[in-house]
Amino acid sequence: MANLFFIFFSMILVNNYVLVKFLGICPFLGVSKKLDSAFGMSCAVIFVMVLATAVTWPLETYILDPNGLHYLQTIVFILVIAVLVQFIEIFLHKYMVALYNSLGVYLPLITTNCCVLGVCILNFTNEYSYLEALFCAAGSGFGFMAAMVMFSGVRKRVDAANPPECFKGLPITLVAASITSLSFMGFGGIMNSIFGIAA
Amino acid sequence: MNTIVLAIIIVTIVGLLGAAILVAAAKFMAVYEDPRVGEITAVLAGANCGGCGYAGCADYAKAVVEGKAPCDKCAPGGAACSAAVASIMGVGASTGVPKRAMVACSGSNDKCKQKFDYQGIESCAAAAMVSGGPSACAFGCIGKGDCVAACKFDAIHVVNGVAVVDRQKCTGCSACTVVCPKHIIFMKPLEEKPVVECSNKEKGPIVMKECTAGCIGCMLCQKNCPEGAITVTDFVASIDYDKCTGCGICTEKCPKKVIYFVDGKPKTAPNEAAPAEEKAN
Repeated sequence: MANLFFIFFSMILVNNYVLVKFLGICPFLGVSKKLDSAFGMSCAVIFVMVLATAVTWPLETYILDPNGLHYLQTIVFILVIAVLVQFIEIFLHKYMVALYNSLGVYLPLITTNCCVLGVCILNFTNEYSYLEALFCAAGSGFGFMAAMVMFSGVRKRVDAANPPECFKGLPITLVAASITSLSFMGFGGIMNSIFGIAA
Repeated sequence: MNTIVLAIIIVTIVGLLGAAILVAAAKFMAVYEDPRVGEITAVLAGANCGGCGYAGCADYAKAVVEGKAPCDKCAPGGAACSAAVASIMGVGASTGVPKRAMVACSGSNDKCKQKFDYQGIESCAAAAMVSGGPSACAFGCIGKGDCVAACKFDAIHVVNGVAVVDRQKCTGCSACTVVCPKHIIFMKPLEEKPVVECSNKEKGPIVMKECTAGCIGCMLCQKNCPEGAITVTDFVASIDYDKCTGCGICTEKCPKKVIYFVDGKPKTAPNEAAPAEEKAN
């Protein structure tokens, strides 16, 4: 049990996908302008990451690995995740209109996002069990949300500032992102002191 | 050889399975969407300016189909667009005179004094919070260009410290009227009728101290208007465009020359109108 929590929290703080692994930078920079859209996007990411892991883990373990087709991982995962997200979108539109209205716009944006694919593949690099993989995916999703929500606050301040002309827009945003990322390096030792396991 | 065949077979099966699921889902879980939404979106101006009050053109089209919005809200599309939308919806088009944004202030840097030198955030909203803005006139244009940023059509610019609308480029979406912290941008009908380019509600002597292009509330325009279209309330004149015929008498009588024509020539050309018009443009 402690192991699951360790994986969950280390994905949020120590191995944060956006700020430490630098995956999913496109939605991180693109959708973090407003707090509510950052939050909606993050909810969609958590949702898709967990579902994608739930589907790709059995696929890899029971179909690809026994046949020695490990190298097909990337192409098959992208295919499966794309189908899955499209299917979820149609399903939500039909049966859960309220959820569709809040998540619908963000779902196509993360169809084959690198952080979603990254979670699925890193689960095998770390040799997680099914349950561990699901916790890892949820943790990565919440880590994404933490980064997005925090950074939307940072961007609000950056927008009000008056940087030099050449820094306006994306450059100053990237500088701000790197400083936020630096602050996450400080969490490196935290998992060790809480769980007694080296991160 | 065998591994290649197996790989091809597995990827093909996964692909076909995915395709089958999506086709089935699209067929059995299809949500009926009114085809008129797409048709209306196609005839709208497509600038996603938000002038109609909805999130974008598609959002407005949806609201029209659901009966929540009238057909004539798309200002950039103009009369032709509202007629097209109305014909798709099967109702008669309501026609009105097109409107263009107008800044009710002509207090440029050489006319209006400054209270202090503002060096903060380059935004009217921020500047307005510092004791009402750097301009001596509490009602006038701050000139930091919040309206310029809001305009999707490059139709409004800050010239010599005061925002000026390019009435050829303006589409009448009214996005600028919303962001102005002084609320001095209004929608004026695109007709040969004059405009009062001042919003100062102070009494005459105070206005004269602040700005040389201010309405002093002398009532001359109200007294001389044959149609009774001008009323002076709170020491600033305002024109009722339903009553105004565009005769131009007010432009001649105004001692401060803050009433003038901006759209086309006046019907009965007064002597003062020509130079005044140049100033406006």
